[in-house]
Amino acid sequence: MSRFQSTAKTYIRPMSGWWLKNPYFIRYMIREGSAVFLTLYALVLLAGLACLAWSPEAYAAWRGLLDTPLSLGFHVIALLLVAYHSLTWFQVMPKTAPKLPFDPRLIVRGGLAASAGLSLLILVLLWWVTR
Amino acid sequence: MPDATTRTIEIECFRYDPETDAKPRFQRYQVPFTDDMSVLQGLQYIKDHLDGSLTFRWSCRMAICGSCGKMINGVPQLSCHSFLRDYYPRRVRVEPLNHFPVIRDLVIDQSGFLDHLETVKPYLIPKEEQPLAAGPQRQTPLQMDRYYQYSQCINCLLCYSACPQFGLNPDFTGPAALALLHRYNADSRDQGWSARREVTNAEEGVWSCTLVGYCSEVCPKGVDPAHAINQNKVNSTLDYFGILKFLLPRGDAK
Repeated sequence: MSRFQSTAKTYIRPMSGWWLKNPYFIRYMIREGSAVFLTLYALVLLAGLACLAWSPEAYAAWRGLLDTPLSLGFHVIALLLVAYHSLTWFQVMPKTAPKLPFDPRLIVRGGLAASAGLSLLILVLLWWVTR
Repeated sequence: MPDATTRTIEIECFRYDPETDAKPRFQRYQVPFTDDMSVLQGLQYIKDHLDGSLTFRWSCRMAICGSCGKMINGVPQLSCHSFLRDYYPRRVRVEPLNHFPVIRDLVIDQSGFLDHLETVKPYLIPKEEQPLAAGPQRQTPLQMDRYYQYSQCINCLLCYSACPQFGLNPDFTGPAALALLHRYNADSRDQGWSARREVTNAEEGVWSCTLVGYCSEVCPKGVDPAHAINQNKVNSTLDYFGILKFLLPRGDAK
């Protein structure tokens, strides 16, 4: 029992729809929700790996599935959300670090630069392997 | 250029009278204002000239007592620290701070917060009590810098109104109390990690935070509760694995 609890009759406001009431909360929910798309994308990729191990026909079928408008649409949305996911998590990263002797924005910029650099490296490697 | 002319703005107030109302309602007032008037002064005009029954808290009028926090157009703010001119010609909607029970009109019941504040033991816990004769305990600027911003908290509760996790679960210790917990843990004169450990490590402690981050955005005193809480998720993990005790530079009071 609270030491400070008042005996006054109070009105408690409902929390329903709280995340729609402030743009900050909407952005937060998109950040959290983007993890669902990240997981789905990883599962699609994992299914491809499983098909590759299974048989050449299964792998060809999986690739066939990827070449549909539905799959392309999903991948475009997933790419945008994963980019947003990375951006927002790098932005909050300094909050998880102890007090730093340098500008915490360096962590954000460093993380974004590393992520952009690695993505570019993978694209170049893919181009080189498949040319 | 400051404008000395008087204009009229509409202020829409959340009204709730526990003796007569089952549910809250909104009431609109036409308030004349000049450029130097805060939202709090607008509310005071209503109380003095239009409707003496409107109830709200305030004291210092200069953003240091932390009494006059309200939801102003859906954003938690000190009403003495926000100005009517910035909303004109739109209407200003004033509600009591979110996530707290409403006692009457714009007055909330902050007893839940006071309970949480008490649990974090917001005072120095030294390993050995220093006698007064020992004189002042000196700190270097670096030592002071480690906790100074957290010590600026004025308990205005804007961060609690900005925290949906506290709204969904009032048992969450919450941003200001956890920022003050960190303020003392980070002080070179304090060795109280163990005394505050249970509150820190609990599910309702740092682990209820999902890093929404809005608490740090709305703080009128530049405190960063999200940073305090999330640093202590790392400390809590190190404590769980028994590593933290080797990392506490000043030892522990227990």
